[in-house]
Amino acid sequence: MDCRIRIAVQEQDFSLEAEGRVLQALPNVGALVSFSGLVREDHEGQKIDALFLEHYAGMTERSLEAIAREAASRWPLHAITIIHRIGTLRPGEQIVFVGVSSAHRAAAFSACEFLMDYLKTRAPFWKKCMLAGQSFWVEAKGSDSDAAERWRQD
Amino acid sequence: MIEIHYFASIRERLACDRETLDTAPPTVAALVDALVERHGETWQRVLRDGRVLVAVNQEVASLQSALREGDEVAFFPPVTGG
Repeated sequence: MDCRIRIAVQEQDFSLEAEGRVLQALPNVGALVSFSGLVREDHEGQKIDALFLEHYAGMTERSLEAIAREAASRWPLHAITIIHRIGTLRPGEQIVFVGVSSAHRAAAFSACEFLMDYLKTRAPFWKKCMLAGQSFWVEAKGSDSDAAERWRQD
Repeated sequence: MIEIHYFASIRERLACDRETLDTAPPTVAALVDALVERHGETWQRVLRDGRVLVAVNQEVASLQSALREGDEVAFFPPVTGG
């Protein structure tokens, strides 16, 4: 089955409602699952002013497309949308959107979780925390690698 | 010629976002040797940190990966998007 894939890496915000409509606008869609990530107010107990998102232009889009194609090969999906914001983002702002539509819910639930787990460990984005007078890079978490590892197919 | 890009904490620690090398070394490991030779101790410390990731032509690669003229190589820390 052909799966429609939409990838966007952008500074602008996105609309959950508009993205949901795009994912539904295909014949025989019976399920829509989406995940949105938001910027938290604190990072490991420290209140932050903003997050700065750096990325590797070109490789980012390629890796997100590869992750989406991988999901489309594992589950019968109608459409996939991945949007990731870059630049300076304040607490409460939306940072990432992953949405999947399919005929039945099981595929959409699994694919959405798979896409987020792979995005977090494979797409070249880096977060920097900005707070009063200082900034530091966020360290990668082992729990994210573990989450991605459970989808491995040997 | 090959082009080398550095990202995030690696870019900041090296105070360099990109540079070029006139001829492509045979492998990524040989490229690291050439860069350490060119720049010295800081680069040795940063690039030989076992957690540094490398991509060749925007695909994840390893120290053993072969290089050819015109390749784009990037060094970066583990990713933290999402």
